[in-house]
Amino acid sequence: MTSVQIEIQLIACLVAMACAIPGTFLVLRKMAMISDAISHSILPGIVVGFFLTENLNSPWLILLAAVTGVITVILVEFIQKTGLVKEDTAIGLVFPALFSIGVILIAKNANDVHLDVDAVLLGELAFAPFDRLEISGVDVGPKSLWVIGSILLITLTLLITFFKELKLSTFDKGLATTLGFSPVIIHYGLMATASVTTVGAFDAVGAILVVALMIAPAAMAYLLTTDLKKMLVLSVLFGMISALIGYWVAHWLDASIAGSITTVLGVLFLMVYLFAPGKGLISVLYKQRRQQIEVHLLTFLLHLQNHEEESERHVNHLNEHINWGKVRSKSVLDLALKNNMISINNDIISLTAKGKTFTTEAIDYIITNKNAAIEEMKDRFFLFRG
Amino acid sequence: MSEKIAITVDDLTVAYNYKPVLWDIDLVIPEGVLMAIVGPNGAGKSTLIKSILDIIKPIAGSVKIFGKPYKKQYQHVAYVPQKGSVDWDFPTTALDVVMMGTYGSLGWIKRPGQKQKKAALEALEKVGMLEFKSRQISQLSGGQQQRIFLARALVQNSSIYLMDEPFQGVDATTEKAIINILKELRKAGKTVIVVHHDLQTVPEYFDWVTFLNVKKIATGPVKDIFNDDNLTKTYGINYKVSIQQ
Repeated sequence: MTSVQIEIQLIACLVAMACAIPGTFLVLRKMAMISDAISHSILPGIVVGFFLTENLNSPWLILLAAVTGVITVILVEFIQKTGLVKEDTAIGLVFPALFSIGVILIAKNANDVHLDVDAVLLGELAFAPFDRLEISGVDVGPKSLWVIGSILLITLTLLITFFKELKLSTFDKGLATTLGFSPVIIHYGLMATASVTTVGAFDAVGAILVVALMIAPAAMAYLLTTDLKKMLVLSVLFGMISALIGYWVAHWLDASIAGSITTVLGVLFLMVYLFAPGKGLISVLYKQRRQQIEVHLLTFLLHLQNHEEESERHVNHLNEHINWGKVRSKSVLDLALKNNMISINNDIISLTAKGKTFTTEAIDYIITNKNAAIEEMKDRFFLFRG
Repeated sequence: MSEKIAITVDDLTVAYNYKPVLWDIDLVIPEGVLMAIVGPNGAGKSTLIKSILDIIKPIAGSVKIFGKPYKKQYQHVAYVPQKGSVDWDFPTTALDVVMMGTYGSLGWIKRPGQKQKKAALEALEKVGMLEFKSRQISQLSGGQQQRIFLARALVQNSSIYLMDEPFQGVDATTEKAIINILKELRKAGKTVIVVHHDLQTVPEYFDWVTFLNVKKIATGPVKDIFNDDNLTKTYGINYKVSIQQ
């Protein structure tokens, strides 16, 4: 690996990490689309900042653009509060308006400078190492690396300092208010952080990838853990992994790095979505299938309890009268036998004592629908488990 | 019951989009009562509690907690919101939610430690949820989630408890467990205010009641004012017939 390659990967990783942290809270606050709005509407801020500072990496430009991000959030909330349109409509109204102002400003004034709409939307990570930071004549690395590194450091400091406040106000805004914390300050603090991160990241990866890096890692982590701290760590890791794999995919395909990273994020998310234990699609389908069999078992046990006569309790009766196919009959019988709920003598099925108790309690639950009845059963029997 | 006043509500008017939800409410709640707020849907019961807690800003009037504004007294007030007000899929455990009750006494930045954890575990034990402490909150039943909220309020160790429909969607066992804890709180001299829906249980559970329907209809001891007259004024005609059913 050349030093340029290492630098690009380092920048990509830092960008991914810096995005994943505010992204996790945006996902938990159900504000994922706000990141899309911010990433687009900071454009006029960047353009104006660029005219004033003539330097894409100036801290002033970053602050000015971040202010545009926060203004976006305020505008969206203002329109939403009128009650005339819903939040998603308000987002759809605000950011294209601001973005288009940025596009016009670029077209009118910036034809001769290094700032065009393509670069804004997609970024160009590959060029990032060529813009160097020199301190008293000594080359200390790419400017982007320093910019995003500083932003990551600030984000991490804020996260560690205000973790408790962030968690509380994200989970229960009402309680946060009554306990004397100001959810409004935390809300705009988070929005400001997301805006600064977006501006810092956007020169390297563009407005669209910023959104992917904020939302996709957090969405994956959300499916995999039930602990906020682990969710943050996983988000950061997923972001880094995608950045690294994405870089090498781009290298191998000779394609855009930003595009490759986004694609990797999509593929990774698909994998998690399908295979995550517990919340993943396959796991959910398996659980549904299992519950279906359990309900069938209950139907079958009820039938046994209702009928004393042997003709109704013959193994073949399952197929003939209850009208179940062979496979289903067999899985239901196996399940009942495995749990010692029935005994089979000469193809005649009888309920065991355990089966009788279970059936009675299950009927009781179905009739009363009381949570208390099911609570005990969960532990003793396999049915209805969470 | 002491003669001290816990909460004074003075000329309180709250409006959403210019439509009054609470109209000129005057309310004096003595310290040490276990009070139900009753009224039909849309009567402004939750709004009243949220106004007392300074979550909703009124367009007129004021609220005093032990004679001072809420902002100075928030450490003395614990709040149990409606269960539906939070996202139960949030990645956290029962113990962690109860610990959030201690954040108020910690203030900004300071982190909860062993002392806070111990208090949270004790509160969990009190509501009979200790064995579920490590469970993710979405894996709890509705009644268990309500108990977690109650434990979170208990851990605040406040003088005043405000609860928004703590009995909603809980089974009979949980309801009994919760009311026993509320009665214990009253015995300890705390003031407990509950938005309540089941009129049948008001005389059994509470010693103080406020009838509310946008305006205040009546407030006072259950034995004096919980009668057909006030029920009819609050809920409209024929209430006597419907409550007997």
